[in-house]
Amino acid sequence: MTIPGTWTGPNQERARRLLAAYPSVPSAVMPLLFIASLEHGHLTDVAMREVAEMTGLSAAQVQAVASFYTMYKRDRVGRYLISVCTSISCYLVGADDVLTAIEDETGIADGEMSTDGTFSVEHVECIGACGGAPAVQVNYELVEGVTPGKGAALCRWLQDCQPAVVFGDEMQELFGGQRSFDWGPREREGAIAPVPAFGPYGSVGEDGH
Amino acid sequence: MPDHPLILTQRMEDYPADSHRLERYEATGGYSSLRSALESIEPEEIVGQVKESNIQGRGGAAFPTGVKWGFLASTTPRYLIVNGDESEPGTFKDRQLLERDPHQLIEGIVISSYALGVNRAFIYIRGEFPKSARRVQRAIEEAYTAGYLGKDILGSGLDVDITVHLGAGAYICGEETALLNSLEGKRGEPRIKPPFPAVAGLYARPTIVNNVETVSNIPWILRRGGDSYAAIGDQSSPGTRMFSLSGHINLPGNYEIAMGITWRELIYEIGGGIPDGKELKCWIPGGASAPWFVPAEHIDTLVTKDDVARNGSMLGSGAVVVMDETTNVVAVAHRIVKFFAHESCGQCTPCREGTTWLERVLGRILNGHGRAMDLDMLLDISDNISPGLRWPPAMTTICPLGPSAVSPVVAIMKYFREEVEAMTSVRGDR
Repeated sequence: MTIPGTWTGPNQERARRLLAAYPSVPSAVMPLLFIASLEHGHLTDVAMREVAEMTGLSAAQVQAVASFYTMYKRDRVGRYLISVCTSISCYLVGADDVLTAIEDETGIADGEMSTDGTFSVEHVECIGACGGAPAVQVNYELVEGVTPGKGAALCRWLQDCQPAVVFGDEMQELFGGQRSFDWGPREREGAIAPVPAFGPYGSVGEDGH
Repeated sequence: MPDHPLILTQRMEDYPADSHRLERYEATGGYSSLRSALESIEPEEIVGQVKESNIQGRGGAAFPTGVKWGFLASTTPRYLIVNGDESEPGTFKDRQLLERDPHQLIEGIVISSYALGVNRAFIYIRGEFPKSARRVQRAIEEAYTAGYLGKDILGSGLDVDITVHLGAGAYICGEETALLNSLEGKRGEPRIKPPFPAVAGLYARPTIVNNVETVSNIPWILRRGGDSYAAIGDQSSPGTRMFSLSGHINLPGNYEIAMGITWRELIYEIGGGIPDGKELKCWIPGGASAPWFVPAEHIDTLVTKDDVARNGSMLGSGAVVVMDETTNVVAVAHRIVKFFAHESCGQCTPCREGTTWLERVLGRILNGHGRAMDLDMLLDISDNISPGLRWPPAMTTICPLGPSAVSPVVAIMKYFREEVEAMTSVRGDR
């Protein structure tokens, strides 16, 4: 159960807490895979071995888990992962056109990464935003009510501004429309990488920490 | 104004700016149910109230919650898990409950933990909902500080801790035994039942898995009494329910309603009808897994558990997906089948192979390469996944994912066969 000394201080601390957070150590595998992805940019073989080391599982067991879930990216992924929902409710109101607009604007096809590493584009199954369809996520931060035009504008904005942190509320105000429900007050936490921004393993405030 | 209380959504309706904050929750009666429970109600009494309420699980299976609780084995430790892996296409109601009223859920968890003799609870939230997880985590921290969580809650001697666990993009983890495996740090593959989680669940310990909406109802049930809850709406499916309306509908969104209205009322009055004055073609009454309904047969039938079951479908997760007259139903069926093929965990052959083949056959029909024989082939593959093509389905698989993929196929063959035939006749047999 060795936490890699190469990890940043905050991530080592997060790992320590996670390893103590569950009645059984292997339960920490899923959150640790996200932290390891943050450390390495994506879920590399080294990252998976580190998680195995920490949890006492074999590398094969960790890889078996990692390969089961779509949000663990074992291939390189762009700085901004754009996930376009093309499931039923989004499909019915034009999600395929939103995907096409985003592919055209970024110049990359569904499932690929731009050569400069700025964008990855993927279609995803239902992300629970059906009342605000079509919906898109950037590094898992949600934008609802996206049109093809707004989707393209969102990509241009990311390209031009290169925000260090992406905030769902900000993108929604700039590029969103119809919402599934009233979101309430604006949040000050967002994502720094294509990993779901959640405190115990990597959410950040506006100051970037 | 509806003629029933808004059990789940009153607070967020009245105070959209801060319904998720502790101060607002306390100022609107929050945590009073927990306080009175810990002061003067025995755990068995709470289980009795939940049984009397006849509340049925809101995750999709509609199993009576009190009965489920009654199965919990007496050995310790035992666990409570709240299922917030909301992923059934068309469903977004738990997301709203998580983000807009997390303390309602936390109070429900602590009361349920007290009733069930649990000291350790988990909330499993799908990985695509980081904002929901942040809101819930912040509320948990507020609750710890205020003494509603942790050691010796409100001086009662009760200890309860909650851990938020994020999923990582797998629909199947909403199935409760797959969720258990996922939480144990394994692939999210459903387990063979029995044993049921109430006997051998998380870490092989007695475990209750309840949906977010189900647990969010518990504070109200305890405050007002199980009998008051049972008196709301329809006898077979009492209480209020969150319905997620989406697709071709003027007012998409979540609506908390009591059972017993008609589909016409739900779609045309509550949902505002079909955009641009178009005709309704069909709708999915309870999430992507559910067999479809059509206006000619179902528009004036009742939205209750029993009526929907009599008509061969289910209310499932409460997701109503509406399709107008211009909808290409083969494309929709293909999209839904593609979802299930993608989300199949791969353990059971009928599901793994069947969903893949259904996707391919529908795909070639959609691309103009269909053959007349494909219609029978679709039904034959479907029958191999789910013999008899009934609903509820006959099972050849560990969990209901495979049979769910059959629902849209049966629907288009039953109600829109001519459209499917028209798409294959161009090419004919070869």
